[in-house]
Amino acid sequence: MPVSSSTTDRSARLTRWLVTAPPAVFLVIFFLIPALIMAGASFREPGEFGGLAPLAESGPSLDAYRFILDDVIYAWILAKSFAIAGLTTVICLLFAYPLAMLIVRSPKRQRDVFILLVILPFASNFLIRIYAWMIILGPLDLLYSPVAVVVGMVYVHLPFMILPLYTNLEKHDPALLEAAQDLGAGKWAGFWRVTWPLSLPGVLSGSSLVFIPVLGMFAVPELLGGTGDLLMGNLIKEQFLDNRDWPLGAALSLLLTLAVLAVAGLSAVLTRNRGQT
Amino acid sequence: MALLEIRSITRRFGKLEAVKNVSLDIESGQFFTLLGPSGCGKTTILRMIAGFDQPDEGELYLDGQPLADIPPERRPVHTVFQSYALFPHLTVSGNIAFPLEMAGRSRDEIRRRTGEALALVHLEDKGDAFPHELSGGQKQRVALARGLVNKPRLLLLDEPLGALDAKLRERMQGELIALQREVGVTFVFVTHAQQEALALSHRIAVMNEGRIEQLDVPEALYCTPKSRFVADFIGTINLISAEVLEADRHGLRLDAAGLGEIAAPPLASAVAGMRGALAVRPEHLRIAGHAERIGLKNHFSGTVGESLYRGDVTVYKVRLDNGLLLEALATNAGPGRARFHEIGDRVSIEWRHDAGVFLDH
Amino acid sequence: MKRGFWLWTATLATYAFLYLPLAVVVLFSFNDSELNASWVGFTTRWYGKLLGDAGMLQAAANSLLIAIVSSTIATVLGTMAGISLHRWHPRFMPFLVLTPVAMPEILLGVSLLLFFRQVLDLTLGLLSILVAHITFSIGFVAIIVRARLAGMDESIFEAARDLGATPWRTFTRVTFPLIVPGIVAGFLMSFTLSIDDFVITFFVAGVGVATLPLQIYSMIKVAVTLEVNAISTLLMALTLTLIALASRFAPDTLRKAS
Repeated sequence: MPVSSSTTDRSARLTRWLVTAPPAVFLVIFFLIPALIMAGASFREPGEFGGLAPLAESGPSLDAYRFILDDVIYAWILAKSFAIAGLTTVICLLFAYPLAMLIVRSPKRQRDVFILLVILPFASNFLIRIYAWMIILGPLDLLYSPVAVVVGMVYVHLPFMILPLYTNLEKHDPALLEAAQDLGAGKWAGFWRVTWPLSLPGVLSGSSLVFIPVLGMFAVPELLGGTGDLLMGNLIKEQFLDNRDWPLGAALSLLLTLAVLAVAGLSAVLTRNRGQT
Repeated sequence: MALLEIRSITRRFGKLEAVKNVSLDIESGQFFTLLGPSGCGKTTILRMIAGFDQPDEGELYLDGQPLADIPPERRPVHTVFQSYALFPHLTVSGNIAFPLEMAGRSRDEIRRRTGEALALVHLEDKGDAFPHELSGGQKQRVALARGLVNKPRLLLLDEPLGALDAKLRERMQGELIALQREVGVTFVFVTHAQQEALALSHRIAVMNEGRIEQLDVPEALYCTPKSRFVADFIGTINLISAEVLEADRHGLRLDAAGLGEIAAPPLASAVAGMRGALAVRPEHLRIAGHAERIGLKNHFSGTVGESLYRGDVTVYKVRLDNGLLLEALATNAGPGRARFHEIGDRVSIEWRHDAGVFLDH
Repeated sequence: MKRGFWLWTATLATYAFLYLPLAVVVLFSFNDSELNASWVGFTTRWYGKLLGDAGMLQAAANSLLIAIVSSTIATVLGTMAGISLHRWHPRFMPFLVLTPVAMPEILLGVSLLLFFRQVLDLTLGLLSILVAHITFSIGFVAIIVRARLAGMDESIFEAARDLGATPWRTFTRVTFPLIVPGIVAGFLMSFTLSIDDFVITFFVAGVGVATLPLQIYSMIKVAVTLEVNAISTLLMALTLTLIALASRFAPDTLRKAS
């Protein structure tokens, strides 16, 4: 929509700044800068009563990182977090795929109802959803175990897998499956060779929406898991609120950020390679 | 003074010159068309008239006033967009009333003129409908009414009939002509469909690669094209390479390689020794069986390569004995069943000494 | 249309999985017993207890106040961001606006905690929670508004100017009316997110201030009573209403936005 002469050009540019600046400035101040502060904090020493030591007293230090590298338990917890995230993602996929397929095959009006029914449980506070499982798993003697943690993670994140999958499957041209059938493919082959490959962008999208948040969760392991089931999120929370060793907490957060960026980057590369988005 | 004067405008996008030094005048009350293939610059010129783009060089004048620093909303020029661009949140009446509201007209005047506009395009009972409830042809008409209600000096139409199916398109063409004559507003029409341009326009500017190839009335463009591009772009044409042997005010004598002598109508700029091509329309080529003769000045023998029956006419592609392929159109209008020539038949192709036009480029 | 038996079974199982736990919570909120163990009888005393619980009421009031204020500001800023993203695609905007939505909440919470305490030396409380909620809501509103804009024929904005509307009038008469459903959906979405937020609020709330989710959390950790079920049920009813409202306003927009 770029338009005409110099006077309108100037006012167009002014409009552009007036509209873009307020949200941008707000986010720079309250998102970008805090992120940078957090990165910087990881290179500081902890204060006497918690928090950060004033810069004047102690210069930058790598203590926090040395701490992490020294103790193998940190690597172990990071690995466990990845494992739980992966397991959760796969289970969500197994639940979500048939559901999404069924919704797509339903007539238009029913589809909206089905989708609404998917979103509604999402409407409840996620603490409530965890609490619900505490009630159910308690008597079953499954509470405070890795199983409970996975169940909780899946329950909280399932809608995030269903919606992108559904959005993708909805766009599939039904003629493609018919063409496959016409050329001799049975139902299973039709699925594997046509539907599944075409749905991969949706699968990737949903997987990112599940995997990444799970990596950082602490409430689910804390309420549903035993003391041996702590994940990255719990560690970070501990450092910031219980131990008040902020540099260590910041370093762990940075680690988590890198892990998240790696996953996001991988997902972006995979999506681009397929030639579709 | 013409209504719209375009003087030597040039528009560049990076390295590409979309419009190269174009000048033209559009008189008031005309149906003027910019015709050409995609990318020839016609839409760019339209946008510059509307104000959504500025020329890098040159000026535009409306009623003698320069348009240079006037933004689109202040130009007395309205556009009918290719996608119609109807406001989805307003009714048909709301859409049509929009320009009147922008111009600050009184409530009564708006109501009156909206009603008149609806009647003009025969949509009186659709005033309260929303755009998504209308058919393509109806949306088209709302867009027209909306563009005309404010009585602009110019109405610009950007390939408005492109999205319609063939029959509807033909009907809308007729309605457009009637509308323009009735309202008297000057139309500037952009299209790549040459038959449409011929049917609708008073004058046509044929464009190619940013330049105007020829600006003329439809008959002149069709019968006396001035370049190969125009000859080929409009309708179908046969081009026979030839050299001028003799030229006077009665006609030309041409020599076509491998064919022999051809008689052609006179051309003022032709001189002996000039090379070029004779452009002849398929409907001027008469086809007859090998043994028969119609008796026209130019006659050559050949074999039928293709025969395409189209109901009202049959198109023959005939390969002359020297290898040249000519297209001839035969009307199937004779009494009783028409006589058809089969593929492989030997036939005679003939045309009049004053048919066609000699093109030197 | 043939839908396989297995497909139906898997689907029903999934829906059961989704709803049963919540049904249990709601059910037991009416249970005349101290525990979530077995059904004793019907009662509404837990809801009564809620009304008498001063801490809970204060938390509810805080949550409501924060939700209203943060959603309003986030909707304004988010709408601007959405328009900017759609019309001008400034290079840095997608990153700035969308990353808070995509990254784990704990990172946002922790960095804001650091920022508020270390840089601004701000006492944590209502203000810090407010700012935090606005930060993560802007992205959601922007996505919804952008989706709404993307679904429209671009040429209508040019058409408005062509027909005599100045850029400002084009915005007020054409652009704005068309994105209003998106703005409303964005507001409702921010409101819901704010009421429900736990993780980020947990880090920036400080000692004195409680919101509903924080209150629920301490109740779960310290002493589980069926009061938790009652407040959970009420909260579910609230967010359900909000989502139903949002889907009425812009059903396709929500779908496109996901």
